[in-house]
Amino acid sequence: MWVYEKKLQYPVRVSTCNPRLAKYLIEQYGGADGELAAALRYLNQRYTIPDKVVGLLTDIGTEEFAHLEMIATMVYKLTKDATPDQMKAAGLAGHFADHDKALFYHNAAGVPWTATYIQAKGDPIADLYEDIAAEEKARATYQWLIDLSDDPDLNDGLRYLREREVIHSQRFREAVEILKEDRGKKKVF
Amino acid sequence: MSKHTWYKTYRPYISPMDPCPPITVKRYSTPPELYVGYQPPGLAQFPAYEALKAGTLWKCFYDPYYSVKEMKKGVRE
Repeated sequence: MWVYEKKLQYPVRVSTCNPRLAKYLIEQYGGADGELAAALRYLNQRYTIPDKVVGLLTDIGTEEFAHLEMIATMVYKLTKDATPDQMKAAGLAGHFADHDKALFYHNAAGVPWTATYIQAKGDPIADLYEDIAAEEKARATYQWLIDLSDDPDLNDGLRYLREREVIHSQRFREAVEILKEDRGKKKVF
Repeated sequence: MSKHTWYKTYRPYISPMDPCPPITVKRYSTPPELYVGYQPPGLAQFPAYEALKAGTLWKCFYDPYYSVKEMKKGVRE
């Protein structure tokens, strides 16, 4: 069960009307290394991972939804007052034809989200290594988004999100250490 | 741990036949989590309000990314 707090994890500010940035940001919404993929991956893997690290996957998976909401807010703010012509000029004519201003789970190139982006292997190390890789790829995506963006307020939010990826990666790496640990106990199988 | 730099650079080969003006130095990120291992106890923390803004409680994990464009503008504090 979840408890919803009606506020964003970090304030989202946007200084310029720039629908083109929304087109790039949607990569983190419905892309392979985006927040939706991350949330669904972790919250699904946690059922078949050792008890010691279930809580970590729950916490991080939940936080990814908070990030998804921030990205959604950014995209919404950047496009909500754009005219059809501005959407067209931003390369969003295809999106507009199908969705008007509605958000949709696809990547920056318009490819719809698919469950084939994520995996649950049932092997704890394989799953955690995938999770670490996912965090590093999301971190890189935020770097390229900051490189593309000229909006200082937006970049502030993107830097925050990138920092969270750093922390998540660190915690997944610690989860691997926990599962590796043998504490010199004698075990009989 | 804090002796590490969070960014590394390399110089790719530049051909005289390259069509675009060369980028002589390429930069890549090597963030703090690559070096820490299991987090040791007693590390320095940000005050609560700063931590909320930084995105981490722990100073050693704080590694904000700025684009080359931003750094030229002097955005980085």
